Amino acid sequence: MHDSHGGLSHSLQTGIGLFYFLATLMNVGFALYQHYEAKNKLQAMVWGAVAGIFGFHALAYLLHIGWPLFPWIQNGVNWVMGPTTYFLLAASGFTVLLWFRRTATEPVVAWAILMGTLWFGGQAMTNENFKNIITKPDNVPIVMLIFSVGFLTWLALRKMVLNDERIARGEPPHEKVLEEKVLVWPDLVYTELIAMVICTLILIVWAIVLKAPLEQPASPARIPNPSKAPWYFLGLQEMLVYFDPWMAGVVLPTLIVKGLIALPYIDFNQKGSGYYTFNERKFAITTFLFGFIVLWCVLIVLGTFLRGPNWNFFGPFEPWNPHKNVPLNNVSLSEYFWLYLFGMSVEGHWLLRELPGLLFVFGYLFVLPPVLAKTIFRGFFIRMGFVRYMVLITLIQFMASLPIKMVLRWTFNLKYIVSVSEYFFNI
Amino acid sequence: MSIGDYIRNTQIWKSIFRHPAPRDRRNRVVVMLTNVFLHLHPVSVRKSGIELSYTWCMGGITFFLFLVETVTGVLLMFYYRPTLEHAYNDILSLRDVTTLGILRELHRWGAHAMVITIWLHMYRVFLTGSYKPPREFNWGVGVILLVLTLLLSFTGYLLPWDQLAIWAITVGSNMARATPFMGYEGPGSKLLVVGGVELIHSGSDARFLLLGSRFVGEQTLLRFYVLHCVALPLAASLLIAIHFWRVRKDGGISGAL
Repeated sequence: MHDSHGGLSHSLQTGIGLFYFLATLMNVGFALYQHYEAKNKLQAMVWGAVAGIFGFHALAYLLHIGWPLFPWIQNGVNWVMGPTTYFLLAASGFTVLLWFRRTATEPVVAWAILMGTLWFGGQAMTNENFKNIITKPDNVPIVMLIFSVGFLTWLALRKMVLNDERIARGEPPHEKVLEEKVLVWPDLVYTELIAMVICTLILIVWAIVLKAPLEQPASPARIPNPSKAPWYFLGLQEMLVYFDPWMAGVVLPTLIVKGLIALPYIDFNQKGSGYYTFNERKFAITTFLFGFIVLWCVLIVLGTFLRGPNWNFFGPFEPWNPHKNVPLNNVSLSEYFWLYLFGMSVEGHWLLRELPGLLFVFGYLFVLPPVLAKTIFRGFFIRMGFVRYMVLITLIQFMASLPIKMVLRWTFNLKYIVSVSEYFFNI
Repeated sequence: MSIGDYIRNTQIWKSIFRHPAPRDRRNRVVVMLTNVFLHLHPVSVRKSGIELSYTWCMGGITFFLFLVETVTGVLLMFYYRPTLEHAYNDILSLRDVTTLGILRELHRWGAHAMVITIWLHMYRVFLTGSYKPPREFNWGVGVILLVLTLLLSFTGYLLPWDQLAIWAITVGSNMARATPFMGYEGPGSKLLVVGGVELIHSGSDARFLLLGSRFVGEQTLLRFYVLHCVALPLAASLLIAIHFWRVRKDGGISGAL
């Protein structure tokens, strides 16, 4: 398409226009809901105005006089973004969400966040690099993942907040009020039928609209750059930046599976079975959410959208330049210790060389658990007993090893804590 | 007599459905007990357990997608031969020649969706505390099903035999050679030496077991094909049966007994 305005092809503008038109309708609906159902005149006016803004965008792009994403946003985002800021933003966003969950899950706040995301998404699509990576057929599931995990996390937290308020007032949680039994036919089987029909429709439309990718025939000689695992393993592939394959690809995944299976046997808290609650299960829910959202989903998004050739980091609007130069000056702990601290050479027997790192790891794995059992996890230790406590603490230690290694890398350029390359034993 | 009533009075209909239409309470109970598929459900459930905003419907959708994958997978097997000579071209003709050319799309997008829905199902089960006693064991069965789903998706990824396929599988399976003691680049493998002979080398390690070769080649294609079409679906079916049966036996989808 060369008949374009501002570098944007007509078909792209029509697509974005339709997208903004849908957002307009959503806001009209929300404004009407606020006016007639919630009887909130102010909110109705606000969302009517937002609908107007989206309508203006829709009109502009449908008439093919739309504008590309403002350069200062592009450059700003690219400049701010790096693996460090990306992860820290996600982690702090997660903390804010949990801390201010009551406010953050207000429907109006959640709606505002969704609308901001939609507006930005539409604008970002005008960027060639962003569009190419988002619309790659195999990446579409990740866009679905982002929206479904986002929506369902909101829904669950909302239900938790409401239930916790009920419990605080001395009432039973919402689910416990609905204890009465209903017949599966018709109440459940019809829901299932409708769900199946809807899923079938979505799947057929998806299959017609998007062709399954098929690249050139397999050739062992031509290695694509970057070579990526299937998208659901990209969180693990991202861990390769911080750990050797034996940790990132074998030990940690094995522990994720074992830890999940062990979970019901470690969680001794009998409360919160069969209803949404945060306050009754603070530790369990915070830990699981951190693992699933920040360490799993966020890293998948990072690995898919933001890692380009040579596994270098690329901002969402940055072209994937295979010659991008990123200095690699990571240093192992043994070098820090012997070379920088004492000015000695790092040669010699590996046992002596790696002694500081080995002591650090030993302390982390074997000294820290009893110390924690005496201090902040004292209550856990007493209630759980030795075996359960050790399983829990070991799992948490391995889970925490990733963020710990990340922070050490970002702050000290630390490569390995223990580096016995002779035996492929690097931590 | 309406046509519907006439059909319901024929001997054929009555031989299949052994009771009147489920219009009153008694027959709504009976229908759940006399139909093998409906019998997966209990007769009655708590009202809270069928609230859409509570269950998100994700477990059921995951099972539905498993069925979709089975049906489309069987159909795809009519067109596909897992050999270096044919694999890629068979996929090409599936796209260009075959009637109803969305078969592979249905299968691939269904698989992606299934990975997401099984995560979301697990997410809901965790957030509602539904893994708590007496459902600890069934949560474990569910975790194994999650692993099987990922392995099914992973083995299927190789079958089109294009660049995307072999390099994704190469990157994924390279991890196996770093398995402690079992991979030839894994920590400890160099210690397994008997009489000066290394036990673990690139032709005997965990990666070789997975690929049937030192690299992703014809043996790998066959291995992944058999795993994808036979071994893993059988294992998943067995565990799904256990999973559903235990949901009923453990007192429904969630809550104390």
